[in-house]
Amino acid sequence: MERNKLEQPMEIICVACPKGCRLEARRKNGEILVSHAGCKRGKQYAIGEITDPRRMVASTVRIQGGLHPLIPVYTSEPFPKDQIFQLLDQIRTTRIQSPVKAGDIVIKDALGTGIDVVASRDMA
Amino acid sequence: MNTNRFDVVIIGSGPGGLASAIAAKKNGVGSVLIIERDLELGGILLQCIHNGFGVEIFKEDLPGPTYAQRFIDEVRQLGIETMLDTMVLNLSADRRLTLTSKTHGYREIQAKSIILAMGCRERTRAQVRLPGTRPAGVYTAGTAQRWVNVEGFMPGKRFVILGSGDIGMIMARRLTFEGAKVERVLEIMPYLSGLTRNYVQCLQDFDIPLKLQHTVKRIIGDQRVEAVETVAVDAHWQPIPGSEEIIPCDTLLLSVGLIPENELSRQAGVRLHPLTNGPVVDADFHTNIPGIFAAGNVVHVYDLVDWVTEAGYTAGKSAALYAQGKRNLPGQTIITSAGKNVRYIVPHHFDPSRHIENDLPLQMRVSRPIEKPVWVEALAGSEHITRRALPYARPGEMITLALKPDHLQKFAGLGTITIQIVER
Repeated sequence: MERNKLEQPMEIICVACPKGCRLEARRKNGEILVSHAGCKRGKQYAIGEITDPRRMVASTVRIQGGLHPLIPVYTSEPFPKDQIFQLLDQIRTTRIQSPVKAGDIVIKDALGTGIDVVASRDMA
Repeated sequence: MNTNRFDVVIIGSGPGGLASAIAAKKNGVGSVLIIERDLELGGILLQCIHNGFGVEIFKEDLPGPTYAQRFIDEVRQLGIETMLDTMVLNLSADRRLTLTSKTHGYREIQAKSIILAMGCRERTRAQVRLPGTRPAGVYTAGTAQRWVNVEGFMPGKRFVILGSGDIGMIMARRLTFEGAKVERVLEIMPYLSGLTRNYVQCLQDFDIPLKLQHTVKRIIGDQRVEAVETVAVDAHWQPIPGSEEIIPCDTLLLSVGLIPENELSRQAGVRLHPLTNGPVVDADFHTNIPGIFAAGNVVHVYDLVDWVTEAGYTAGKSAALYAQGKRNLPGQTIITSAGKNVRYIVPHHFDPSRHIENDLPLQMRVSRPIEKPVWVEALAGSEHITRRALPYARPGEMITLALKPDHLQKFAGLGTITIQIVER
């Protein structure tokens, strides 16, 4: 990823808390330097954003025999950001059958990440 | 269900309704009934499939439906009765409800206590007076959210979103996930109206441009939206000539605020506050009508669902005590008055003798963003009673100031206390 080069300073808005500090991160001699962080969590957040950015992903899956045609699903853990659209493609083509309980695994080990996609709710 | 008499009846089964039903049942009343107009319990949480719920009370980051499921399961375990697909037609001050549904027909119900938990509605095009033609393709963000997340329809392919509220930004990401192009998010104010987290994770992550101090000048299209004309505005929301831009799109979503839904409250004679558009309540969430309580977004628009749940617990307990004859409207009340930089405060008044052991949390919104360290101060006359330091104050985030029992004793005999937010 281009972020790994990071010769130029990169601005990152921290979302570790609601304050939203504007951090500046740059790489120097293999080390990531973070400035303007209001706290330690901010520095950790910036390093995570540069080395391995991840997001919780929530979407819907087609369900047969349920109250609604769709059931909401989400990733059991934050998912690698650069693979989100690939994951969404898989979610979009998945079909399941009711009944489903909240927490049931809908896609196991999605894209080999070890992260599952699980149902967000019960649906009879 | 044969009886037409209940101890506590809750109107609405969103987070405020579910929590208040649970608290009412746990506080010793026999019969608790939830009336819900949708086919299932849960309210708007069911269409809020994104994460971010429950961080405060569960210390977990849950999607909306999962957050709702926990309370729905508890409602079932406690044996709380429910009437689904049922519309309340009328509510009177003596706590009689008339309702109708396909399965129950027309019914009249008498309750000892009522909890209003109807939530809010979105502002529509009519309420923000957008000029232009009236084609298909102009929807509120929450309506589009229901279609995309619950019913399985995409309302368009190319979107412009007016308003930087959280629902609008979350829908920008959701539509992008489903293959649509979101051309722009417009915000008339000079600052974001939703949370920073949503700006970063919903707009910045997908390179969706946000234009502050911009609005829609005109909607263009005959049968269907073909474009919107946007314009920059000055500090007084006046369009700046020459800044117009035509953005081709097929759908305009509106995320321009929420209004507490209080038709039933009005029928019962519940007094509403002109700024919140919700009932005036005391610290028990008791309205001015004895035995009628209110919880959640029907009172004022919350920032986090966790605080709605907390409010539901308080209202549910209070309603249960009232139904058992253990609690009435307060005798002595002190009014909470919004001072400098405070838009409103909930509760609007309270009885200090009821907080001898417990803190009294006051929740408020600041009237303008202050990006500097502030004090949130409680004053009795000109005397400072307590204060809290915050790193900043923003209209999008609620602020809480807890008054302790020993603070409250200092107010005894006063008619009003003032809360203000000032720079440190």
